[in-house]
Amino acid sequence: MNVEQLLFALFALLTCAGAISVVICQNVVRMAFSLIVCLASVSALFFLLSADFVGATQLMVYVGGTVVLLIFGVMLTSSSTLLQIRTSPAEGFLAAGIGVLFLAVFSFTAWSVDWDANSDRIARVTAVDVPPQGYNEASSGNTVRPLAMAFVGLRPDKGGNAAGYLLPFEIISVHLLVVLIGAAYLARTKRRVSADTQNK
Amino acid sequence: MDAVSLNYVLAIGAVLFVCGVICMTTKRNGIGILMGVELVLNGANLNFVAFSRYTSLGLDGQVVSLFVIVLAAAEAAVALAIALNFYNNHLTIDVDRGDELHG
Amino acid sequence: MSLILAAESLAEIIRDTLTECESCSVAIAAIIHVALVGAFFGLPAGIFIWAERKVSARIQDRLGPTRVGGRFGWLQSLADGAKLVQKEDLAPAAADKFLFRIAPYIVVIASFAAFMFLPFTDGWSAVSLDVGLFLLFGMLSLEVLGVILAGYASASKWALFGGMREAAQMVSYEIPMSICALVPIVMAGTLNLNEVIHYQSADWIGVIPPFLHWNVFHPVAGPAFVVYFVCATASCKRAPFDLAEAESELVAGFLTEYSGMRWSFFFLAEYASMFLVSAVAAILFLGGWDDGFGIVRSLKGSSTDVLAPSVILGNLIGAAVLMAKASKLVLLQIWVRWTLPRLRIDQVMTTCLKYLLPMACALFLAAVVYPIALLVWTGRPQLLPRLNNEQVKAEVLTSSEVEVKVAAADGEVIQ
Repeated sequence: MNVEQLLFALFALLTCAGAISVVICQNVVRMAFSLIVCLASVSALFFLLSADFVGATQLMVYVGGTVVLLIFGVMLTSSSTLLQIRTSPAEGFLAAGIGVLFLAVFSFTAWSVDWDANSDRIARVTAVDVPPQGYNEASSGNTVRPLAMAFVGLRPDKGGNAAGYLLPFEIISVHLLVVLIGAAYLARTKRRVSADTQNK
Repeated sequence: MDAVSLNYVLAIGAVLFVCGVICMTTKRNGIGILMGVELVLNGANLNFVAFSRYTSLGLDGQVVSLFVIVLAAAEAAVALAIALNFYNNHLTIDVDRGDELHG
Repeated sequence: MSLILAAESLAEIIRDTLTECESCSVAIAAIIHVALVGAFFGLPAGIFIWAERKVSARIQDRLGPTRVGGRFGWLQSLADGAKLVQKEDLAPAAADKFLFRIAPYIVVIASFAAFMFLPFTDGWSAVSLDVGLFLLFGMLSLEVLGVILAGYASASKWALFGGMREAAQMVSYEIPMSICALVPIVMAGTLNLNEVIHYQSADWIGVIPPFLHWNVFHPVAGPAFVVYFVCATASCKRAPFDLAEAESELVAGFLTEYSGMRWSFFFLAEYASMFLVSAVAAILFLGGWDDGFGIVRSLKGSSTDVLAPSVILGNLIGAAVLMAKASKLVLLQIWVRWTLPRLRIDQVMTTCLKYLLPMACALFLAAVVYPIALLVWTGRPQLLPRLNNEQVKAEVLTSSEVEVKVAAADGEVIQ
């Protein structure tokens, strides 16, 4: 067992433990903490898969942004501290059973596909000249420049003749702006209305 | 050359997805449901990145996963605004109470 | 081994000299790196805690600590630490014990992990990645999670208010801070911190000294440095932005229920992140390990042998220069703390969202437009002439050239 496998096993275990304890915990802030552990371990897995920019974005946007937002939500909506809303045990058992079945289906599917043959077929169909083991050699994880190129519509990593992502990138920028304004508006006006009604 | 085979990464993605789905269905706390959504999206992300590493798809998988992360952040912001409105109207975050349209 | 990128070179040396086993050499190299980064994390924090006491005493016309360790009380931090270790580890009865206990560790780990990406001198960094600065800010943004959890888990109103204020403040100030940090990044054309320093270091050109190439003397990046530093002070929750622990309003904010070692972890992390943001400011704007008179550059020359004496000497001088610059900035933060009165919470948020954020955005735009304007009027994208043009990565090209050059350059990157 080499270092890479050891680290992978460690973070895989942390990811699964975090995800499962998000489901099991009843206290919302405990859930948020488990979510932090889970998402941070996923970002470590991204680094192990030599996707360093995605891993960094995961840390910055997900763990440092989205989860903070969620905890804020918890604090603004909990009427008492250390809030708990319980689900009934019967529902829990039912959900666990369905979950195990789901997991079995997924694992069975993943293990019964011959990925190498599929990979060859994709390479044949797209007729793009790429190295057979994907973009990343194990020794390089520096994906910032190629990713930035892909976002402005250039694909030097695929010999320049593949599709770039300029239009989706622009759309998502506008989308973010719309969401920013919309979320601020949604969260703000309603509260002012309720404050007014209380004053009356 | 593979130190870890693709199937193990996919299995972790599946665990994340399943945990997220269970979380969405069983939690009655609105914010808990949001956390389930985040877990599902992360499971999908892990699969995208794994495919970009292990198959000939190249960087496309990473690009898609970046889009997913950004959209998830946007979704969390809007969903949180909705949750705050829900709390203002019902004085609780328990989604089972939002049953005014129940006939 | 792609995992521990900078441990790679050290691991190779260990494999050649000590042991054959690949995993063992990687592990030993990793442990050495952790020990070194840990020293850089702990020692400056201890020194600055002492410095804070001495500087505040001078500003208030007192003497400060005088006894511990003979003159000047220079062992005061150690004595404080020894006192804090002895204290009982208390947790309030109403608190969520698990989260209450784990919150200080989150803060310390986040602050410590961000140290991994600092290039202490040319090539001496634990992890040298193309996403360096981005990842550093990502790690730093995890600190706020520990603070919120601490505030919430204490089950006290003061702590909760302190945690909420702190979260709002840190999340808001991160935005202008990151945008300002992007200004030198746009100029250097890379997120790798060491390459940003290389962009700023140059040789003597006639009578023009090399330090004029530092970003702080750049007409756009200079103001960006000021805005960055204000935001960095705020994101370290230092006065005049220390609303989260404002003792006159909130007892001690999210620290109210903490005592002993756990309290000192927060304290350690605060001083460590002060040093961290100052070091990042020194790297991005003040030339990092570049001494400004070409000494380090001439000592290192073009030698590629990392163990040659002149290279090691140059690297040591570079590390000392970076430390000196970062320490100066920390002293500036201490000076500001004991001079300015505290703002109100609404004033803090107004300063950030109404003034600093637009300024940061304008500076970012200016950083993009400025080289193009210079190119149109003077024919070259920067004011000062440069001899080493191959290091200037932020070349402004006409649009027809971009595609050709980009494709060629990235062909190399991939191979």
